[in-house]
Amino acid sequence: MATKSVKQIVDFCQEIYADLDFTRARQWKEAEPGRKVIGYMPVYVPREIIHAAGMLPLGILGGGADMEVIHGDAYYQSYICRIPRSTIDLAITGKLDFVDGMLFPSICDVIRNLTGIWQLMFKEKYVRYFDTPQNFRDEIGGRFYAHELGELRADLEELAGRKISDAQLNRSIAVYNENREWVNRVYDYRSATPWKAPAFEVYLLMRAGMVLPPEEHSALLRDYLAAAEAEDRPLRDNCRVVMTGSFCEQPPLNLIKSIELAGCYIVDDDFMLVNRWLLEEVPTDGDPLANLCRAFLHHSAETAAKYEADMEKKGSYLLGLIEKRGAEGVIFAAPSFCDPALLDQPMIVRRVAERNIPYITMQYAENSGQMQPIREQAGTFADSIKLWSAS
Amino acid sequence: MSQDVVKSPSQLKQKEMIRRNYDKITSGEVKVSSTFVPGNLNELLMCFDIANNLPEINAIQNGMRKKSGEMIVEAERSGHSEDVCTYVKADIGMMARGNIAPNGKPMPDPDLLLLSYTGCFTFMKWFELLREEYRCPTVMLHVPYAADGRPTQNMRDYIVKQLKEEVIPTLEQVSGIKFDIDRLREYLRKSARAEDDLVWMLEQAKRKPSPIDCYFGGVYYMGPIFTAFRGTDDAIEYYRLLRAEIEQRIEQGLGAMTPEGDMPEEKYRLVVEGPPNWTSFRDFWKMFYEEGAVVVASSYTKVGGVYDYDGFRHDPEHPLESLADYCLGVYTNRNLPTRVDMLARNVIEYEADGLLINSIKSCNSFSAGQLVMMREVEKLTGKPAAFIETDLVDPRYFSAANVKNRLESYFQMIDQKRRAGGSGPAAPATMNKRS
Ligand code: SF4
Ligand code: SF4
Repeated sequence: MATKSVKQIVDFCQEIYADLDFTRARQWKEAEPGRKVIGYMPVYVPREIIHAAGMLPLGILGGGADMEVIHGDAYYQSYICRIPRSTIDLAITGKLDFVDGMLFPSICDVIRNLTGIWQLMFKEKYVRYFDTPQNFRDEIGGRFYAHELGELRADLEELAGRKISDAQLNRSIAVYNENREWVNRVYDYRSATPWKAPAFEVYLLMRAGMVLPPEEHSALLRDYLAAAEAEDRPLRDNCRVVMTGSFCEQPPLNLIKSIELAGCYIVDDDFMLVNRWLLEEVPTDGDPLANLCRAFLHHSAETAAKYEADMEKKGSYLLGLIEKRGAEGVIFAAPSFCDPALLDQPMIVRRVAERNIPYITMQYAENSGQMQPIREQAGTFADSIKLWSAS
Repeated sequence: MSQDVVKSPSQLKQKEMIRRNYDKITSGEVKVSSTFVPGNLNELLMCFDIANNLPEINAIQNGMRKKSGEMIVEAERSGHSEDVCTYVKADIGMMARGNIAPNGKPMPDPDLLLLSYTGCFTFMKWFELLREEYRCPTVMLHVPYAADGRPTQNMRDYIVKQLKEEVIPTLEQVSGIKFDIDRLREYLRKSARAEDDLVWMLEQAKRKPSPIDCYFGGVYYMGPIFTAFRGTDDAIEYYRLLRAEIEQRIEQGLGAMTPEGDMPEEKYRLVVEGPPNWTSFRDFWKMFYEEGAVVVASSYTKVGGVYDYDGFRHDPEHPLESLADYCLGVYTNRNLPTRVDMLARNVIEYEADGLLINSIKSCNSFSAGQLVMMREVEKLTGKPAAFIETDLVDPRYFSAANVKNRLESYFQMIDQKRRAGGSGPAAPATMNKRS
């Protein structure tokens, strides 16, 4: 098979990104009778269980920058973020009609209440609020979570009309271990050579993982790494930043591009954390649910949606990333009206500031159109970092 | 919380209870825990002689005294976003301004933050923020969301386990007092007694005219059970006095009490969803009673515990399990279909003219989904609904003219319905356009 070029791969991902009819997922479903698709929202669901049920996990991240929200405003007040209104619009306009069930993770009260909206409006669909523990002790939060995972497994078994065996679960865990490994390799590669893997390309690659089956997504990431390495791209005099706060409603692609064009290489971020939520490989033998449970409790990423019992550790995930990636600054980019991100921000900012790490804050909506102020803000930030490091 | 008319014995009693509690908190002689109204574990704290300080109530007090506006601005100046819950910012601003309690004395730093994470995500962040300031022991009680309408055994077990292995050991450590489950049973027995009278009180609003207002008046009536008094003899006494007063009003055929005396004529009966606005509480209330509108049921009077809908009472025979069920059952921990069912049943059973939603900018827990809830309740009841938008303690988001206009058109809509003799849903008065 001829190797694909970066452009081919990125065009392919762009097409998936722009396609609000989710044609690829529809095609996957239609390819074999009885196939089912389970939608999920940020920030984390154990996709392994969906996969083991023979179903396609489909990440729903709102309508993006180009979607005209027609009905959503009749469902949400102006002071609520945009992702639920565009998501409901997707559903009302039939774009999610092929989705057999939805999982709403416990990230905030907006997504939580969206569970109820689905229950009221789409009574024929499977709906589950996916609760994760805020107590991280094995015998307390762990026991609760293992039960929740068991319930999810039972629900999906019923929907699938068949049992999900431990062996199938372990196989799916292996598939996602591999997928996470490729995701991490792409992130490592970008951090090592950010001029060869621009942030918007990496973003689109990760978005493709919301729609494609994990095996296909892993192959795509592998192809991209090979193609990017083969290509000659100019190194710019950019500074290195980590972007944080964008774990739910996604920034418009133009915002990501603008930041990089303004002189900041994004060397890490928290977009679509589901792709790399678990920080270590999950064992593929033994009790699969217990393994997923332990991974969540002890080896998962930190976001505003998770309680940090130890104040000293607050912000350590971000600080760790800054160190690991050799970042010179942080861009706190939160969706407007996002309580989790915005309430968490002052605490994280404090820790970043205490370490004299330069930072800026910005707010966006998935459909923000005006990029000039973002470019200016990021450009000034990049200049100040360069001055800082020169002095 | 004062009213202009001559105070009744229950009002005097409540005033005295609040004063004593603030004096206790600010005395420096007792250990103090900050905790939240929904899912508060007052009886458990009492087992350790720990006083209960509720930051939401402080924010409300500051809102009613018109002090919250400056506090919020202060918090925003120090880096808190304009977009987030104003209770949090009022609290942080209050701290920055010396943390003066409503009795004029400085609030001591809490000995403990008891984070009852019940029905609201913001609670978790709020106490993480406070922990940064106070650096005191913090213990979290995670109450899962009853997303399918009823709690599961797994949820209950999880809460009980946290109580046993996290919360109680921390309370023992902070207080130096050993946990005595019989003491807890005794307090829970007292809670249940007060709760019986409370439910009796709520249900009197089914009468015509209703002898009480269950929203504006209701926030006073719920005060003791929602705050630091559940499980005390004081609360039992308060509800006994209140009951006697309501019985008297019923005998005399009186309508609801307002700050300007008895409501002369009950023209409209409403069910209200959502918390009230506190910065213009009196003006807001006046817009109702001036038009002869009484609120016969409200979801806000369920925010610190639901006692009427499915008959929950604290149960001394199953102390920890009953605390778990209490936490699981608070209004904002229930899913939207259950909330719709509660409101629709209220409209029907209390023979209300319709549902009014006061949508609060601060509060995603209440507000996200209310427009769908409104349409569902209309469908189920055939009664018209209306939608207004305000905020809790941020005076910038209370537009009196706007609210008054909305209410007037809503009352006209109800009149029209009556004249037409029909009861089908009408187009709701919404103001939900994204600017
Ligand atoms: S953007 Fe923030 S507030 Fe909105 S749904 Fe996501 S986490 Fe919740
Ligand atoms: S978001 Fe709502 S429930 Fe939560 S603290 Fe604010 S007002 Fe209270």
